Amino acid sequence: MQAAAAAFPAPTASGSGPLLTGDLSVLTKKPKRSIQSKALTGIAGFDEITGGGLPRSRTTLLVGGPGSGKTVLALQFLAHGARACNEPGIFVAFEERSKRIVGNAESFGWSLAESQRKKKLYFMDAQPRHDLVQSGDFDLSGMLAALEAKTREMKAKRIVFDALDVVLALLPDVTAERREIYRLHAWLLARELTGIITLKSGADETNSISQQPFGFMQFMVDCAVILNHSVVLGVSQRSLRVQKYRGSGFDENESAFLIGNSGFDVAVAHTLSRVDAKVSNERVSSGIARLDTMLGGGYYRGASVLITGFSGTAKTTLSGAFAEAACRRGERTMFVCFDTNSTEVIRNLLSVGIHLDRYVKSGRLRMISARAITGSAETYLVRIKALAKEHGARCVVIDPVSAWSKSGNDLSTQSVADRLIDWSKGEGTTLVCTSLLDEMSGQGEGGSQLQISALVDTWIHLNYLIQAGERNRGLSIVKSRGTTHSNQVRELILSDAGVTLADTYTAGGEVLMGTLRWEKERAERGVHEAAEVAAKLKRVRLDAEEAELEVRLKSLQTELVAKQVEKALLVRTTQSDKGELSRGRTQMKELRGADAAIPARKPGPP
Amino acid sequence: MSRRARFRFRLYIAGDALNSTQALANLTALCRTRLPDRHEIEVVDVFREPERALADGIFMTPTLLRLAPPPVRRIVGTLSRMQPVLQALGLDAIAA
Repeated sequence: MQAAAAAFPAPTASGSGPLLTGDLSVLTKKPKRSIQSKALTGIAGFDEITGGGLPRSRTTLLVGGPGSGKTVLALQFLAHGARACNEPGIFVAFEERSKRIVGNAESFGWSLAESQRKKKLYFMDAQPRHDLVQSGDFDLSGMLAALEAKTREMKAKRIVFDALDVVLALLPDVTAERREIYRLHAWLLARELTGIITLKSGADETNSISQQPFGFMQFMVDCAVILNHSVVLGVSQRSLRVQKYRGSGFDENESAFLIGNSGFDVAVAHTLSRVDAKVSNERVSSGIARLDTMLGGGYYRGASVLITGFSGTAKTTLSGAFAEAACRRGERTMFVCFDTNSTEVIRNLLSVGIHLDRYVKSGRLRMISARAITGSAETYLVRIKALAKEHGARCVVIDPVSAWSKSGNDLSTQSVADRLIDWSKGEGTTLVCTSLLDEMSGQGEGGSQLQISALVDTWIHLNYLIQAGERNRGLSIVKSRGTTHSNQVRELILSDAGVTLADTYTAGGEVLMGTLRWEKERAERGVHEAAEVAAKLKRVRLDAEEAELEVRLKSLQTELVAKQVEKALLVRTTQSDKGELSRGRTQMKELRGADAAIPARKPGPP
Repeated sequence: MSRRARFRFRLYIAGDALNSTQALANLTALCRTRLPDRHEIEVVDVFREPERALADGIFMTPTLLRLAPPPVRRIVGTLSRMQPVLQALGLDAIAA
């Protein structure tokens, strides 16, 4: 025992001890690449996925099918570098003429022409000439030499080789292709340029580039991004995936993206690292006074509200009331309608006393008929975000958000809805969404199809109750985070005077609405009135009794006084009688002259 | 194209790369045999004069430009396969 104990401490203490702690410190200290080691692309979302952009001074491979957005992404990377990062860039166009590329990108507003003038951006047309004659071996040294000169001149930091496959295809064999790729790669590394090489992938095979002829490039480069463009049930869906990123963590999932008005817009589900949105305690009115009361003061500012219900349960009316209230407070509001035209919505809401037209005229309210927008859920989100930003909306209504899950958007809708809520929270926008429930999904409260009910702050459910030949609307608050809220089902009554909520009656475990409620109310009113009358009667009767008693009390008191007087009189009379008597006796004695009076006064002992 | 036309060539090479050296050798041999005394060869090294390569749109080396007689013709490679070279330069008729 002792020998073993003596033998062991030495190596553990001196030998492996420091070694172990040394290893641990390596493990705990993550190889954290600072922002400096990455080149920002300026693409919203993409920089988040990659934790700061593309690897600086390294090469990134961009692979995608035709029309998948390779050129746009690469160009945006250069444009951002030239405009925002003071990193001049060179675009080597192997396929398309650079003039056309610049022209096509005009609408994105990246001011490419200006960057070109300032010598921050250079386009090199390197399309193989159609009249080119080949004879024997050749390589790309000429291009690299020209680029070398241009790089020095511009102090370029970024470079894009667009459609490298076009020039590689000219090379006689695979060996030559590889040789040139290695030459290019070595050149890029030596010049410490942050490079993007784009390659076409087959039309069908977009997920794995290892089977492509240039698959080995993926092993060579430090970062590989795959762009995907597919059509699901007639709806175009774009997505990208970072396949590898040496020396850095990255989001490995496929992320949907859109080529919008200002270029790429990559959708990122906010992760734990996001800055929590500011939380407000301010309440905003739902537009219906009693609903505000039920919610303990209204919705929270910046909250997400979901209104679910079957069609015709007054979801639009409820959201319209909210929009009107917001406009009345003077807040810029946006109302997106998917089901109907905005003009129809305005007219229909007018019938329940909600006047949106004047706010539309004044420009405070922006109505958007989104039925016309076709496209993926991603498109909707991007458009809504852009429009809301443009309008400066503090309150946004989307009616109904469930329209997104139509036509081939099933998979993406969920994440789009998540990001919608994330976005509105981040912006502090109060968001009211309606969601149409499937008629067939039963009368239960059921989750909304989008399953966003878990994310929203307040969930109001509207329902029909069919009773006694009537269909009445019921409203209940399924949840409302952070507020005390009524647990009661209320009846929603729409009239030309507006929207009101009425108490419902529960009788024998059943909720009464409509006429039944009215009858019940009337009956109750009758009972109440009868009780009131009875009480009144009783009071009168009691008053009378009281008065009677008081009268009796008074007469008795008077009688008492009379008796007392009589009594006092009696006493006085008796005393005076006695006095008279004794006085009379004395007088009589005196009159008679008697002297035997003393013994009479002092009665002696018997 | 008259038999008396003078040929002006510009050969872009990349330093002393093997394919560049081969191209220059092949061109010199061709001129000697086919165009004696009526050719001019200008050799441009892309590493020394990259601006000229850029101006001429030279991306692959070696590249041969036939500047005269017009029109300008371009041939890339070592010029080792004679038939396409002769065709492109318009010399195949002379060979016959």
